[in-house]
Amino acid sequence: MNRRYALISILIVFLTLILSYAVAEEKIIKMSTTTSTENSGLLNALLPEFTKDTGIRVKVFAKGTGAAIRDGMDGNVDIILVHDKVREDKFMSEGFGAYRLAVMHNDFIILGPKSDPAGIKGLNVTEAFKKIADSKCLFVSRGDDSGTHAKEQELWGLAGISLDKKKTEVIKEGKTANLEYIYPAVLGERYISIGQGMGKTLTFSEEKQAYTLSDRGTYLEYQYGRDQGIDLDILCEGDDNLSNPYGVIPVNPKKYPDVKFEEADKLAKWLVSERGQKLIADYKIEGRQAFFPDAIR
Amino acid sequence: MDFFPDSFKSALLLLWSLDQDLLIIISLSLKVSFFSTLISGLAGIPLGLLISLNEFRGKRLVITVLNTLLSLPTVVIGLFVYSFISRRGLLGSLGLLYTPKAMILGQIILILPIITSLTITALSRIDGRYRKTALTLGANPYQTAFVIVREARFGIIASIIMAFGRVIAEVGISMMLGGNARGFTRTMTTAMALEFDKGEFTLSVALGIVLLLISFGVNIILNYFQGKAGD
Repeated sequence: MNRRYALISILIVFLTLILSYAVAEEKIIKMSTTTSTENSGLLNALLPEFTKDTGIRVKVFAKGTGAAIRDGMDGNVDIILVHDKVREDKFMSEGFGAYRLAVMHNDFIILGPKSDPAGIKGLNVTEAFKKIADSKCLFVSRGDDSGTHAKEQELWGLAGISLDKKKTEVIKEGKTANLEYIYPAVLGERYISIGQGMGKTLTFSEEKQAYTLSDRGTYLEYQYGRDQGIDLDILCEGDDNLSNPYGVIPVNPKKYPDVKFEEADKLAKWLVSERGQKLIADYKIEGRQAFFPDAIR
Repeated sequence: MDFFPDSFKSALLLLWSLDQDLLIIISLSLKVSFFSTLISGLAGIPLGLLISLNEFRGKRLVITVLNTLLSLPTVVIGLFVYSFISRRGLLGSLGLLYTPKAMILGQIILILPIITSLTITALSRIDGRYRKTALTLGANPYQTAFVIVREARFGIIASIIMAFGRVIAEVGISMMLGGNARGFTRTMTTAMALEFDKGEFTLSVALGIVLLLISFGVNIILNYFQGKAGD
Protein backbone atom coordinates (compact mmCIF):
# COMPACT_ATOMS: atom_id res chain seq x y z
CA MET A 1 0.00 0.00 0.00
CA ASN A 2 2.74 2.39 1.07
CA ARG A 3 4.55 1.84 -2.12
CA ARG A 4 1.52 2.68 -4.18
CA TYR A 5 1.06 5.95 -2.30
CA ALA A 6 4.69 6.79 -2.86
CA LEU A 7 4.39 6.09 -6.55
CA ILE A 8 1.24 8.16 -6.88
CA SER A 9 2.75 11.11 -5.03
CA ILE A 10 5.88 11.00 -7.16
CA LEU A 11 3.69 10.92 -10.26
CA ILE A 12 1.73 13.92 -9.03
CA VAL A 13 4.89 15.88 -8.37
CA PHE A 14 6.14 15.11 -11.85
CA LEU A 15 2.87 16.01 -13.51
CA THR A 16 2.70 19.31 -11.65
CA LEU A 17 6.26 20.10 -12.65
CA ILE A 18 5.62 19.31 -16.30
CA LEU A 19 2.34 21.22 -16.29
CA SER A 20 3.74 24.29 -14.61
CA TYR A 21 6.67 24.17 -16.97
CA ALA A 22 4.35 23.96 -19.97
CA VAL A 23 2.20 26.81 -18.70
CA ALA A 24 5.21 28.98 -17.89
CA GLU A 25 6.94 28.11 -21.14
CA GLU A 26 4.19 29.65 -23.22
CA LYS A 27 5.06 33.24 -22.54
CA ILE A 28 8.81 33.26 -22.01
CA ILE A 29 11.25 34.34 -24.65
CA LYS A 30 15.01 34.21 -24.54
CA MET A 31 17.16 37.18 -25.37
CA SER A 32 20.93 37.31 -25.67
CA THR A 33 22.39 40.71 -25.16
CA THR A 34 25.61 42.45 -24.30
CA THR A 35 26.95 42.73 -20.78
CA SER A 36 26.63 46.50 -21.05
CA THR A 37 22.81 46.56 -21.18
CA GLU A 38 22.63 44.17 -18.24
CA ASN A 39 25.47 45.62 -16.13
CA SER A 40 24.15 49.15 -16.57
CA GLY A 41 20.83 48.11 -15.05
CA LEU A 42 18.79 49.26 -18.06
CA LEU A 43 17.12 45.90 -18.68
CA ASN A 44 16.02 45.69 -15.07
CA ALA A 45 14.13 48.91 -15.62
CA LEU A 46 12.69 48.03 -19.05
CA LEU A 47 11.75 44.37 -18.99
CA PRO A 48 9.37 44.36 -15.99
CA GLU A 49 7.40 47.11 -17.77
CA PHE A 50 7.31 45.03 -20.95
CA THR A 51 6.02 42.05 -18.97
CA LYS A 52 3.37 44.28 -17.40
CA ASP A 53 2.24 45.47 -20.84
CA THR A 54 2.23 42.17 -22.69
CA GLY A 55 2.46 39.34 -20.16
CA ILE A 56 5.58 38.07 -21.90
CA ARG A 57 8.56 37.36 -19.72
CA VAL A 58 12.09 37.71 -21.05
CA LYS A 59 14.97 35.53 -20.00
CA VAL A 60 18.19 37.48 -20.46
CA PHE A 61 21.58 36.03 -21.26
CA ALA A 62 24.22 38.73 -20.99
CA LYS A 63 27.48 38.09 -22.81
CA GLY A 64 29.78 39.74 -25.29
CA THR A 65 28.22 40.84 -28.58
CA GLY A 66 30.15 38.08 -30.39
CA ALA A 67 28.64 35.38 -28.21
CA ALA A 68 25.18 36.97 -28.30
CA ILE A 69 25.24 36.96 -32.10
CA ARG A 70 26.47 33.38 -32.03
CA ASP A 71 23.45 32.47 -29.87
CA GLY A 72 21.23 33.98 -32.54
CA MET A 73 23.01 32.12 -35.32
CA ASP A 74 22.56 28.84 -33.49
CA GLY A 75 18.88 29.51 -32.88
CA ASN A 76 19.41 29.28 -29.12
CA VAL A 77 17.56 32.50 -28.44
CA ASP A 78 14.54 34.28 -29.91
CA ILE A 79 15.95 37.77 -30.13
CA ILE A 80 19.23 39.62 -29.72
CA LEU A 81 20.01 43.15 -28.54
CA VAL A 82 23.59 44.02 -29.48
CA HIS A 83 25.92 46.81 -30.50
CA ASP A 84 28.25 46.03 -33.36
CA LYS A 85 26.82 47.41 -36.61
CA VAL A 86 29.27 45.52 -38.83
CA ARG A 87 28.51 42.12 -37.40
CA GLU A 88 24.80 42.90 -37.13
CA ASP A 89 24.74 43.64 -40.87
CA LYS A 90 26.55 40.38 -41.53
CA PHE A 91 24.05 38.55 -39.33
CA MET A 92 21.21 40.08 -41.36
CA SER A 93 22.75 39.42 -44.77
CA GLU A 94 23.27 35.77 -43.87
CA GLY A 95 19.57 35.51 -43.20
CA PHE A 96 19.66 34.83 -39.47
CA GLY A 97 17.66 37.91 -38.50
CA ALA A 98 14.06 38.76 -39.38
CA TYR A 99 14.75 42.51 -39.34
CA ARG A 100 16.89 45.01 -37.48
CA LEU A 101 15.63 48.03 -35.62
CA ALA A 102 17.80 50.81 -34.27
CA VAL A 103 16.84 51.12 -30.61
CA MET A 104 19.15 53.52 -28.88
CA HIS A 105 22.70 54.64 -28.50
CA ASN A 106 25.03 55.65 -25.77
CA ASP A 107 28.67 56.44 -26.08
CA PHE A 108 32.05 55.05 -25.23
CA ILE A 109 34.43 56.81 -22.90
CA ILE A 110 38.11 56.41 -22.18
CA LEU A 111 38.85 55.87 -18.51
CA GLY A 112 42.13 56.12 -16.71
CA PRO A 113 43.79 56.86 -13.40
CA LYS A 114 43.07 60.24 -11.82
CA SER A 115 46.70 61.29 -12.18
CA ASP A 116 46.46 60.65 -15.96
CA PRO A 117 50.15 59.71 -16.46
CA ALA A 118 49.76 59.52 -20.25
CA GLY A 119 48.28 63.02 -20.36
CA ILE A 120 45.21 62.32 -22.51
CA LYS A 121 42.62 64.39 -20.66
CA GLY A 122 40.46 66.37 -23.04
CA LEU A 123 42.18 65.17 -26.20
CA ASN A 124 40.23 63.72 -29.09
CA VAL A 125 40.12 59.99 -29.18
CA THR A 126 42.71 59.31 -31.89
CA GLU A 127 45.30 61.50 -30.18
CA ALA A 128 44.46 59.92 -26.85
CA PHE A 129 45.05 56.41 -28.18
CA LYS A 130 48.34 57.54 -29.74
CA LYS A 131 49.46 59.02 -26.42
CA ILE A 132 48.58 55.83 -24.54
CA ALA A 133 50.57 53.81 -27.07
CA ASP A 134 53.57 56.11 -26.67
CA SER A 135 53.41 56.19 -22.88
CA LYS A 136 54.53 53.59 -20.37
CA CYS A 137 50.97 53.05 -19.11
CA LEU A 138 48.90 49.88 -19.08
CA PHE A 139 45.82 49.42 -21.23
CA VAL A 140 43.20 46.80 -20.37
CA SER A 141 41.26 45.32 -23.28
CA ARG A 142 37.99 43.38 -23.12
CA GLY A 143 39.54 40.86 -25.51
CA ASP A 144 36.29 38.90 -25.74
CA ASP A 145 35.07 39.71 -29.26
CA SER A 146 32.42 42.00 -27.82
CA GLY A 147 31.13 45.17 -29.45
CA THR A 148 33.34 47.22 -27.14
CA HIS A 149 36.33 45.10 -28.14
CA ALA A 150 35.53 45.64 -31.84
CA LYS A 151 35.25 49.38 -31.20
CA GLU A 152 38.60 49.43 -29.43
CA GLN A 153 40.30 47.73 -32.40
CA GLU A 154 38.71 50.27 -34.72
CA LEU A 155 40.03 53.10 -32.55
CA TRP A 156 43.61 51.79 -32.55
CA GLY A 157 43.35 51.70 -36.31
CA LEU A 158 42.05 55.28 -36.48
CA ALA A 159 44.90 56.39 -34.25
CA GLY A 160 47.37 54.93 -36.73
CA ILE A 161 48.63 52.26 -34.34
CA SER A 162 49.50 49.16 -36.31
CA LEU A 163 47.47 46.10 -35.43
CA ASP A 164 48.94 42.63 -35.52
CA LYS A 165 47.11 39.42 -36.16
CA LYS A 166 47.73 36.17 -34.39
CA LYS A 167 46.09 33.26 -36.17
CA THR A 168 45.02 30.00 -34.58
CA GLU A 169 44.08 27.13 -36.84
CA VAL A 170 41.08 25.03 -35.91
CA ILE A 171 38.86 22.59 -37.78
CA LYS A 172 35.33 23.69 -38.48
CA GLU A 173 32.87 21.49 -40.33
CA GLY A 174 35.78 19.36 -41.47
CA LYS A 175 37.70 22.30 -42.95
CA THR A 176 40.56 24.27 -41.49
CA ALA A 177 39.55 27.71 -40.37
CA ASN A 178 41.54 30.52 -38.82
CA LEU A 179 40.59 32.28 -35.64
CA GLU A 180 42.15 35.69 -35.51
CA TYR A 181 43.29 37.60 -32.49
CA ILE A 182 43.95 41.22 -33.38
CA TYR A 183 46.01 43.40 -31.05
CA PRO A 184 48.33 46.41 -31.08
CA ALA A 185 51.70 44.67 -30.76
CA VAL A 186 53.61 47.91 -30.16
CA LEU A 187 52.17 48.07 -26.65
CA GLY A 188 53.80 44.76 -25.80
CA GLU A 189 53.21 43.68 -22.22
CA ARG A 190 51.39 46.91 -21.45
CA TYR A 191 48.38 45.62 -23.39
CA ILE A 192 46.38 43.36 -21.08
CA SER A 193 43.68 41.35 -22.80
CA ILE A 194 41.44 39.73 -20.18
CA GLY A 195 38.57 38.26 -22.18
CA GLN A 196 35.83 39.23 -19.73
CA GLY A 197 32.75 41.40 -19.47
CA MET A 198 32.64 45.18 -19.08
CA GLY A 199 32.16 45.18 -15.31
CA LYS A 200 35.10 42.87 -14.73
CA THR A 201 37.21 44.94 -17.10
CA LEU A 202 36.47 48.05 -15.04
CA THR A 203 37.47 46.45 -11.75
CA PHE A 204 40.57 44.98 -13.38
CA SER A 205 41.59 48.38 -14.79
CA GLU A 206 40.98 50.02 -11.44
CA GLU A 207 43.15 47.44 -9.71
CA LYS A 208 45.99 47.96 -12.18
CA GLN A 209 45.32 51.71 -12.50
CA ALA A 210 45.26 51.23 -16.26
CA TYR A 211 43.51 52.95 -19.15
CA THR A 212 40.51 51.28 -20.73
CA LEU A 213 37.59 51.82 -23.09
CA SER A 214 34.13 51.51 -21.55
CA ASP A 215 30.55 52.15 -22.47
CA ARG A 216 29.07 54.98 -20.45
CA GLY A 217 26.16 53.00 -19.00
CA THR A 218 28.30 50.40 -17.28
CA TYR A 219 30.71 53.03 -16.01
CA LEU A 220 27.89 55.08 -14.47
CA GLU A 221 26.43 52.01 -12.81
CA TYR A 222 29.80 50.99 -11.38
CA GLN A 223 30.74 54.51 -10.38
CA TYR A 224 27.48 55.71 -8.85
CA GLY A 225 25.20 52.68 -8.54
CA ARG A 226 27.30 50.92 -5.92
CA ASP A 227 28.36 51.65 -2.35
CA GLN A 228 31.90 52.28 -3.45
CA GLY A 229 32.63 53.83 -6.82
CA ILE A 230 35.58 52.85 -8.94
CA ASP A 231 38.79 54.77 -8.76
CA LEU A 232 38.99 55.77 -12.43
CA ASP A 233 38.09 59.02 -14.16
CA ILE A 234 36.54 59.81 -17.52
CA LEU A 235 39.42 61.29 -19.50
CA CYS A 236 38.00 61.34 -23.03
CA GLU A 237 34.39 61.68 -24.14
CA GLY A 238 32.06 63.23 -26.67
CA ASP A 239 34.07 62.39 -29.79
CA ASP A 240 32.02 61.34 -32.86
CA ASN A 241 34.12 58.22 -33.11
CA LEU A 242 32.87 57.13 -29.69
CA SER A 243 29.20 56.68 -30.58
CA ASN A 244 27.73 53.31 -29.69
CA PRO A 245 24.45 52.33 -31.41
CA TYR A 246 22.36 49.37 -30.23
CA GLY A 247 20.17 47.30 -32.52
CA VAL A 248 17.50 44.71 -31.80
CA ILE A 249 17.07 41.71 -34.11
CA PRO A 250 14.46 38.98 -33.76
CA VAL A 251 15.83 35.66 -35.01
CA ASN A 252 14.43 34.69 -38.40
CA PRO A 253 11.64 32.08 -38.04
CA LYS A 254 12.38 30.92 -41.59
CA LYS A 255 15.82 29.82 -40.38
CA TYR A 256 14.67 28.39 -37.06
CA PRO A 257 10.95 27.53 -37.04
CA ASP A 258 11.09 26.86 -33.29
CA VAL A 259 11.87 30.43 -32.27
CA LYS A 260 9.05 32.40 -30.71
CA PHE A 261 8.91 35.00 -33.39
CA GLU A 262 5.53 36.42 -32.47
CA GLU A 263 6.61 37.32 -28.93
CA ALA A 264 10.09 38.40 -30.02
CA ASP A 265 8.48 40.64 -32.64
CA LYS A 266 6.35 42.21 -29.89
CA LEU A 267 9.44 42.94 -27.80
CA ALA A 268 11.31 44.52 -30.73
CA LYS A 269 8.32 46.70 -31.65
CA TRP A 270 7.76 47.58 -28.01
CA LEU A 271 11.35 48.74 -27.60
CA VAL A 272 10.97 51.22 -30.45
CA SER A 273 7.43 52.22 -29.48
CA GLU A 274 6.78 55.54 -27.84
CA ARG A 275 6.48 53.87 -24.45
CA GLY A 276 9.66 51.84 -24.78
CA GLN A 277 11.64 54.79 -26.08
CA LYS A 278 10.40 57.02 -23.29
CA LEU A 279 11.42 54.47 -20.67
CA ILE A 280 14.88 54.28 -22.22
CA ALA A 281 15.21 58.07 -22.22
CA ASP A 282 13.97 58.24 -18.63
CA TYR A 283 16.36 55.61 -17.34
CA LYS A 284 18.84 57.43 -15.20
CA ILE A 285 21.78 56.26 -13.16
CA GLU A 286 22.23 58.66 -10.27
CA GLY A 287 20.50 61.39 -12.21
CA ARG A 288 22.46 60.90 -15.40
CA GLN A 289 20.90 59.72 -18.62
CA ALA A 290 22.67 56.55 -19.76
CA PHE A 291 21.00 55.72 -23.10
CA PHE A 292 19.53 57.88 -25.85
CA PRO A 293 16.55 56.59 -27.85
CA ASP A 294 17.10 56.36 -31.61
CA ALA A 295 13.66 55.45 -32.95
CA ILE A 296 11.73 58.43 -31.59
CA ARG A 297 13.65 61.49 -30.55
CA MET B 1 27.27 17.11 -35.55
CA ASP B 2 30.88 17.39 -36.75
CA PHE B 3 31.51 19.18 -33.50
CA PHE B 4 33.45 16.55 -31.59
CA PRO B 5 35.58 15.21 -34.44
CA ASP B 6 36.32 18.85 -35.34
CA SER B 7 37.38 19.61 -31.80
CA PHE B 8 39.55 16.53 -31.62
CA LYS B 9 41.29 17.37 -34.88
CA SER B 10 41.72 20.97 -33.74
CA ALA B 11 43.32 19.77 -30.52
CA LEU B 12 45.84 17.70 -32.45
CA LEU B 13 46.45 20.57 -34.84
CA LEU B 14 47.09 22.95 -31.93
CA LEU B 15 49.57 20.56 -30.37
CA TRP B 16 51.20 19.69 -33.69
CA SER B 17 51.74 23.32 -34.68
CA LEU B 18 53.12 24.13 -31.19
CA ASP B 19 50.87 27.15 -31.10
CA GLN B 20 52.76 29.85 -29.20
CA ASP B 21 49.76 31.02 -27.18
CA LEU B 22 48.89 27.48 -26.28
CA LEU B 23 52.39 26.77 -25.00
CA ILE B 24 52.30 29.85 -22.78
CA ILE B 25 48.90 28.83 -21.46
CA ILE B 26 49.98 25.24 -20.80
CA SER B 27 53.20 26.23 -19.08
CA LEU B 28 51.39 28.70 -16.85
CA SER B 29 48.74 26.11 -15.94
CA LEU B 30 51.41 23.58 -15.08
CA LYS B 31 53.55 26.06 -13.17
CA VAL B 32 50.70 27.33 -11.02
CA SER B 33 49.30 23.86 -10.35
CA PHE B 34 52.75 22.47 -9.60
CA PHE B 35 53.62 25.11 -7.03
CA SER B 36 50.26 25.07 -5.30
CA THR B 37 50.37 21.27 -5.07
CA LEU B 38 54.00 21.30 -3.90
CA ILE B 39 53.43 23.87 -1.17
CA SER B 40 50.19 22.25 -0.06
CA GLY B 41 51.94 18.88 0.04
CA LEU B 42 54.83 20.21 2.07
CA ALA B 43 52.39 21.72 4.55
CA GLY B 44 49.52 19.23 4.36
CA ILE B 45 51.38 15.94 4.84
CA PRO B 46 53.13 16.99 8.10
CA LEU B 47 49.88 18.56 9.26
CA GLY B 48 48.01 15.31 8.62
CA LEU B 49 50.74 13.42 10.42
CA LEU B 50 50.52 15.76 13.38
CA ILE B 51 46.77 15.40 13.69
CA SER B 52 46.80 11.69 13.05
CA LEU B 53 49.55 10.68 15.49
CA ASN B 54 48.56 12.88 18.40
CA GLU B 55 45.62 12.39 20.68
CA PHE B 56 44.07 15.65 21.79
CA ARG B 57 40.70 17.04 22.77
CA GLY B 58 38.58 18.02 19.80
CA LYS B 59 40.49 15.83 17.37
CA ARG B 60 37.29 14.52 15.81
CA LEU B 61 36.03 18.06 15.48
CA VAL B 62 39.22 19.13 13.69
CA ILE B 63 38.83 16.23 11.26
CA THR B 64 35.17 17.06 10.68
CA VAL B 65 36.06 20.69 9.98
CA LEU B 66 38.78 19.57 7.57
CA ASN B 67 36.33 17.33 5.75
CA THR B 68 33.84 20.19 5.56
CA LEU B 69 36.50 22.37 3.97
CA LEU B 70 36.66 19.83 1.14
CA SER B 71 33.41 21.30 -0.16
CA LEU B 72 34.60 24.90 0.03
CA PRO B 73 33.45 26.51 -3.25
CA THR B 74 36.20 28.06 -5.35
CA VAL B 75 34.16 31.26 -5.63
CA VAL B 76 34.18 31.67 -1.85
CA ILE B 77 37.95 31.16 -1.72
CA GLY B 78 38.33 33.59 -4.61
CA LEU B 79 36.26 36.26 -2.87
CA PHE B 80 38.00 35.75 0.45
CA VAL B 81 41.50 36.09 -0.98
CA TYR B 82 40.37 38.90 -3.30
CA SER B 83 39.17 40.99 -0.35
CA PHE B 84 42.60 40.71 1.25
CA ILE B 85 44.82 41.39 -1.73
CA SER B 86 42.86 43.92 -3.79
CA ARG B 87 44.10 47.49 -3.74
CA ARG B 88 41.59 48.32 -1.02
CA GLY B 89 42.42 45.24 1.03
CA LEU B 90 44.85 44.71 3.89
CA LEU B 91 47.63 43.41 1.67
CA GLY B 92 46.79 45.68 -1.25
CA SER B 93 50.18 47.35 -1.32
CA LEU B 94 51.81 44.07 -2.38
CA GLY B 95 50.05 44.25 -5.75
CA LEU B 96 49.30 40.53 -5.69
CA LEU B 97 45.88 40.54 -7.34
CA TYR B 98 45.79 39.30 -10.94
CA THR B 99 49.17 37.60 -10.72
CA PRO B 100 50.06 33.89 -10.80
CA LYS B 101 51.06 34.19 -7.12
CA ALA B 102 47.51 35.11 -6.20
CA MET B 103 46.23 32.04 -8.04
CA ILE B 104 48.70 29.81 -6.21
CA LEU B 105 47.62 31.31 -2.89
CA GLY B 106 43.94 30.61 -3.58
CA GLN B 107 44.62 27.12 -4.85
CA ILE B 108 46.61 26.25 -1.72
CA ILE B 109 43.55 27.10 0.37
CA LEU B 110 41.54 24.84 -1.93
CA ILE B 111 43.73 21.74 -1.73
CA LEU B 112 45.44 21.97 1.64
CA PRO B 113 42.35 20.39 3.29
CA ILE B 114 42.28 17.68 0.60
CA ILE B 115 45.88 16.63 1.20
CA THR B 116 45.62 16.91 4.99
CA SER B 117 42.37 15.00 5.20
CA LEU B 118 43.43 12.23 2.82
CA THR B 119 46.78 11.93 4.60
CA ILE B 120 44.95 11.39 7.87
CA THR B 121 42.81 8.74 6.20
CA ALA B 122 45.85 7.03 4.68
CA LEU B 123 47.65 7.03 8.03
CA SER B 124 44.65 5.71 9.91
CA ARG B 125 44.71 2.61 7.72
CA ILE B 126 48.25 1.76 8.81
CA ASP B 127 48.45 -1.00 11.36
CA GLY B 128 49.22 0.46 14.80
CA ARG B 129 51.83 -2.21 15.34
CA TYR B 130 54.22 -0.46 12.95
CA ARG B 131 54.37 2.44 15.29
CA LYS B 132 54.73 0.34 18.41
CA THR B 133 57.42 -1.81 16.81
CA ALA B 134 59.36 1.25 15.71
CA LEU B 135 59.11 2.72 19.19
CA THR B 136 60.19 -0.52 20.92
CA LEU B 137 63.13 -0.78 18.54
CA GLY B 138 64.26 2.56 19.92
CA ALA B 139 63.22 4.90 17.11
CA ASN B 140 62.81 8.55 18.06
CA PRO B 141 59.52 10.29 17.16
CA TYR B 142 60.88 11.54 13.83
CA GLN B 143 62.09 8.11 12.81
CA THR B 144 58.75 6.65 13.86
CA ALA B 145 56.88 9.20 11.76
CA PHE B 146 59.12 8.37 8.82
CA VAL B 147 58.33 4.64 9.13
CA ILE B 148 54.60 5.33 9.22
CA VAL B 149 54.65 7.74 6.30
CA ARG B 150 56.63 5.21 4.29
CA GLU B 151 53.95 2.63 4.96
CA ALA B 152 51.21 5.05 3.93
CA ARG B 153 52.97 6.23 0.75
CA PHE B 154 50.34 4.86 -1.57
CA GLY B 155 47.49 6.78 0.03
CA ILE B 156 49.53 9.94 0.46
CA ILE B 157 50.56 10.04 -3.20
CA ALA B 158 46.93 9.43 -4.08
CA SER B 159 46.08 12.62 -2.16
CA ILE B 160 48.69 14.52 -4.19
CA ILE B 161 47.25 13.16 -7.44
CA MET B 162 43.79 14.22 -6.38
CA ALA B 163 44.93 17.67 -5.31
CA PHE B 164 46.79 18.21 -8.58
CA GLY B 165 43.76 17.13 -10.58
CA ARG B 166 41.61 19.53 -8.61
CA VAL B 167 43.79 22.59 -9.23
CA ILE B 168 44.57 21.97 -12.87
CA ALA B 169 40.86 21.62 -13.65
CA GLU B 170 39.76 24.48 -11.42
CA VAL B 171 38.40 27.66 -13.02
CA GLY B 172 36.82 29.84 -10.31
CA ILE B 173 39.96 30.82 -8.42
CA SER B 174 42.05 31.23 -11.57
CA MET B 175 39.42 33.53 -13.06
CA MET B 176 38.82 35.66 -9.95
CA LEU B 177 42.38 35.99 -8.70
CA GLY B 178 44.26 35.58 -11.99
CA GLY B 179 41.90 37.63 -14.14
CA ASN B 180 42.50 35.64 -17.34
CA ALA B 181 44.99 38.18 -18.75
CA ARG B 182 46.39 36.90 -22.02
CA GLY B 183 50.02 35.86 -21.69
CA PHE B 184 50.14 36.54 -17.93
CA THR B 185 47.45 34.67 -16.05
CA ARG B 186 45.47 32.82 -18.72
CA THR B 187 45.30 29.13 -17.86
CA MET B 188 43.81 26.29 -19.85
CA THR B 189 40.54 26.42 -17.94
CA THR B 190 40.08 30.19 -18.14
CA ALA B 191 40.96 30.05 -21.84
CA MET B 192 38.25 27.43 -22.28
CA ALA B 193 35.73 29.56 -20.45
CA LEU B 194 36.67 32.52 -22.66
CA GLU B 195 36.39 30.61 -25.93
CA PHE B 196 33.02 29.31 -24.79
CA ASP B 197 31.90 32.86 -24.00
CA LYS B 198 33.04 33.98 -27.44
CA GLY B 199 31.05 31.16 -29.01
CA GLU B 200 34.17 29.37 -30.29
CA PHE B 201 33.09 25.97 -29.05
CA THR B 202 35.52 24.00 -31.18
CA LEU B 203 38.56 25.72 -29.71
CA SER B 204 37.09 25.43 -26.22
CA VAL B 205 36.66 21.67 -26.45
CA ALA B 206 40.04 21.34 -28.20
CA LEU B 207 41.64 23.02 -25.19
CA GLY B 208 39.75 20.63 -22.93
CA ILE B 209 41.19 17.67 -24.83
CA VAL B 210 44.69 19.14 -24.56
CA LEU B 211 44.18 19.54 -20.82
CA LEU B 212 43.16 15.91 -20.47
CA LEU B 213 46.15 14.75 -22.50
CA ILE B 214 48.52 16.74 -20.31
CA SER B 215 46.81 15.56 -17.17
CA PHE B 216 47.23 12.02 -18.47
CA GLY B 217 50.97 12.59 -18.87
CA VAL B 218 51.31 14.00 -15.36
CA ASN B 219 49.36 11.10 -13.91
CA ILE B 220 51.55 8.56 -15.68
CA ILE B 221 54.52 10.09 -13.89
CA LEU B 222 52.75 10.17 -10.52
CA ASN B 223 51.47 6.66 -11.06
CA TYR B 224 55.00 5.47 -11.58
CA PHE B 225 55.92 6.74 -8.13
CA GLN B 226 52.73 5.36 -6.65
CA GLY B 227 53.41 1.98 -8.17
CA LYS B 228 56.87 2.00 -6.69
CA ALA B 229 55.42 2.99 -3.35
CA GLY B 230 52.88 0.19 -3.50
CA ASP B 231 55.51 -2.51 -3.99
